[in-house]
Amino acid sequence: MDEGRPIFQQIAEQIENDIIAGVLAEDQQIPSTNEFAAFLRINPATAAKGVNLLVDAGILYKKRGIGMFVAPGAKDRLVAERRERFSAQFVTPLLQEAAKLGIAPAEIAAMIRQGGTR
Amino acid sequence: MNPIVEASHLTKRYRTVTAVDDVTFTIDANKVYGLLGRNGAGKTTLMSLLTAQDFASDGEIRVFGQSPVENAKVLQNVSFIRESQRYPEDFKAKHVLKSAPWFFPNWDADFAERLVDEFRLPTNRTIKKLSRGQLSAVGVIVGLASRAPLTFFDEPYLGLDAVARQLFYDRLLADIAEHPRTVILSTHLIDEVSDLLEHVLLIDGGRLIVDSDAESLRGSATTVVGMRSTVDEFVADREILHRDGLGGLASVTVGRLSPEDRAAATAAGLEIAPVSLQDLVVRLTNASSKEFQAS
Repeated sequence: MDEGRPIFQQIAEQIENDIIAGVLAEDQQIPSTNEFAAFLRINPATAAKGVNLLVDAGILYKKRGIGMFVAPGAKDRLVAERRERFSAQFVTPLLQEAAKLGIAPAEIAAMIRQGGTR
Repeated sequence: MNPIVEASHLTKRYRTVTAVDDVTFTIDANKVYGLLGRNGAGKTTLMSLLTAQDFASDGEIRVFGQSPVENAKVLQNVSFIRESQRYPEDFKAKHVLKSAPWFFPNWDADFAERLVDEFRLPTNRTIKKLSRGQLSAVGVIVGLASRAPLTFFDEPYLGLDAVARQLFYDRLLADIAEHPRTVILSTHLIDEVSDLLEHVLLIDGGRLIVDSDAESLRGSATTVVGMRSTVDEFVADREILHRDGLGGLASVTVGRLSPEDRAAATAAGLEIAPVSLQDLVVRLTNASSKEFQAS
């Protein structure tokens, strides 16, 4: 677990990652909060808070007495959200670091075309 | 949520020291609390007061809504695992496990037996002859299997190896998930338990200096590292918890930073590092002792 951020947020992100990667398919049941807690060695209440974050966002839905399931369309929605954040999250810091080192945007573009290797 | 413990202006004075000094807090049902603080901060005294093994000089305690003193109805729902529990001479671990159900109505003998296997506890040896780690295992097993609605563990890990400590944390988590209850864990191994805790009580010099849920403590402090002049400029009007330096570099721990603060720090070329609960406790307890000396 990353120290600086609330654990429940990190749980939610891990579940999101699994949905985006296809590890958790739509309408598939996700592990119970107690299973998450035991696996990640965190407090069950914290795990539940992370899962509920995704229920509130409509990414997961609850079947009473059975458990939590991935909502239909969840993957597309998450991918769309992540795409929106992509620039701010990855491109801006890239450009900041490049500016610090005096790397011109054209050089960055060339690096990207080469797939990151030099 | 209804608090199951209410302490108000709780104070315990010994002849020359005030071990617990005007402490007020509540404890909610079914949460895991960390009771943190340095040696001699008053953790054990505080737990002894809450479990009526010691008497307060001042203030009031309510446990399950009643005074715990000489109150069997309250105390049968409380399990206090002391760091140095005394047992009757010639007692063996099997005697402890056999007598436990007399004190704890929720005692689960099967669970206790499984734990004995997992901790590899020799039940047929007199307790005097157990190693420090095995002695701690007896406490851990009693604390878990008693399933008391209010369970205190006072540094339960002394002498336990890393495998046994992890086993303790894993069994504790699994069992409270199935049988929710309140657990108060007093520990110095903060890094090991920080992800288990929901709420943190930090005491120092008998005073309660932090009473906060664990999630809001995470990220409540940040270390900013960079060139001294840049760091100094950035932290100028912030409360400084800790300062370190090496040559022209400075590393300063300050309170919570907003996303804008973070962006500004990064733009100024400063590195931002999170502060773990353990570091935060170290810094807070150092700071307050300095203030104490200054006053």
